[in-house]
Amino acid sequence: MLTAVPTTPPEPRVEVLTPQATLPPPERRQPVFDIRSLTASYGSVPAISGVSMEIYENLVTAVIGPSGCGKSTFIRCLNRMNDLVPSFSAQGEVLYHGVDLLGSGVDPVAVRRRIGMVFQKPNPFPKSIYDNVAWGLRALGMKDDLDGRVEHALTQAALWNEVKMRLKTSALELSGGQQQRLCIARAIAVQPDVVLLDEPASALDPIATASIEDLMHDLKREYSFVIVTHNMQQAARVADMTAFFSLSAVGDGGQRSGVLVEYDSTQRIFTTPADRRTEDYVTGRFG
Amino acid sequence: MSALSANTDGLGRRRAVNRLMETIATLAAFAAVGVLAIMVVSVARRGGAAIDWSLFTKTPHPFSFTNEPSGLANAFVGTLVIVGFATAMAVPVGVLSAIYLNEFARPRVAFLIALALDVLNGVPAIVVGIFVFALIVLDHGQSALAGSFALAILMIPLIARATQEVLALVPQATREASLGLGVSRWRTTLGVVLPQTIGGILTGTTLAVARVAGETAPLLFTSSIVGDRLQWNPHQALASVPLKIFEYSESPDPKDHAQAWAAALVLIGFVLVASLIARALAAHSRRRMGLHR
Repeated sequence: MLTAVPTTPPEPRVEVLTPQATLPPPERRQPVFDIRSLTASYGSVPAISGVSMEIYENLVTAVIGPSGCGKSTFIRCLNRMNDLVPSFSAQGEVLYHGVDLLGSGVDPVAVRRRIGMVFQKPNPFPKSIYDNVAWGLRALGMKDDLDGRVEHALTQAALWNEVKMRLKTSALELSGGQQQRLCIARAIAVQPDVVLLDEPASALDPIATASIEDLMHDLKREYSFVIVTHNMQQAARVADMTAFFSLSAVGDGGQRSGVLVEYDSTQRIFTTPADRRTEDYVTGRFG
Repeated sequence: MSALSANTDGLGRRRAVNRLMETIATLAAFAAVGVLAIMVVSVARRGGAAIDWSLFTKTPHPFSFTNEPSGLANAFVGTLVIVGFATAMAVPVGVLSAIYLNEFARPRVAFLIALALDVLNGVPAIVVGIFVFALIVLDHGQSALAGSFALAILMIPLIARATQEVLALVPQATREASLGLGVSRWRTTLGVVLPQTIGGILTGTTLAVARVAGETAPLLFTSSIVGDRLQWNPHQALASVPLKIFEYSESPDPKDHAQAWAAALVLIGFVLVASLIARALAAHSRRRMGLHR
């Protein structure tokens, strides 16, 4: 016999917790990326179409939207990670400090050197905790004061106190949340300019999620973050700017593709969105 | 009536067919084991008695029909040298081609190379022998190195395919983690991907060594005109275990027959041990991979 489950009332509008004071006025924002009509396709199927937006220095920019709207495709265009997919192609421009990353003379290895990435599933190497952080440093020739760099990165990722006694043990013995913070430490150890996070907390429990959000907050003075998230509350908590992507019919064939619907301060997106579709999504009527 | 008897259409017949097919499949599986068992037992019965210390330490006695102690030390040394150099040639080429195949090649190129490796794997050993004969032996004469070259050609596809299989098991996320740091493809392969596949590469290599240690045809063309002295020099033709077995099987001396059987038993024993080692290595590497997932 089923008992009546109390139905939760419809979610009120997401409360924006990012302190408004941290967002500088538009004229003082320094663009890191200037993306101009970016269209990215797998084979002949476009995953995102005509995306144009600027991403600013030392801010956290969230990319939200329903499943399949091309959020991950978009963020992976920013460090040429999609090059690993054989059928992938991109048109348009992704200007990074004025250099088009999609240009023919650009080495994706050099791009990723400056634009690091943290992935959805924690993916530590099957090496020790120390070697996970030191791997990038060694491979990139940043070998001076290796111990100090490893400690600094682990401290920044709020993991040092938990692992300092067992740096030589396997990273695979850490919990999921610790593994993800290790991946963040690994990414920031090589001192990138931008850190891309592709749903970094989707496999984590709320406490681990909170610690990762905290450290993004602490680190944005040094890095620019772009975070893809499924979770609107998370975007509201961590992001200064929010971009809402959605699926929409493009072209004549009625083919559906991800498009940028609206991009504004997180405050505006969650309180007074300009587009009806954004409003429907952030109030939970759709998605 | 019980609830199960409601729908019994042909249940008895279906049960009988199931049991019949299970029996046939079981018999087929045991037939394979049976063939191996009969072979091992018959070789052991004929050769077991001739296995003694002098088989491995003494070279063949110059005269037939004597009771002086004699052995096949030169053949064991020759096989060791020939297979050793073959492995040294085949492992780098096999592993590197697997790396190209799995890490660098575009899908269409990868398909063609995988196909070529499979065809190479199917080329009869005697054809490889003739090829190396024409390529090296006609101009430079027979040598252990020419034999190694022929055996290496047989080993490369085995090692490459085995390596490629374990490379494909390494999660893409591991590569992305390293590439995402701005580390080059090769450095990523060397430092992050390959360490996870060492067990698989050793497994493939061990099986390839076991396979070519008994190859006769390629050595017939490349390293068969040999004396009975113990030699280590790879620039000369060296004796080998399979060719000695072949030679002694035609000898009039029954003691030679016994030694041929003994050598055959040693070969089978070697293959058996190598297979067990390969199994253990494969299990070890699977455990490491499993831990990672």
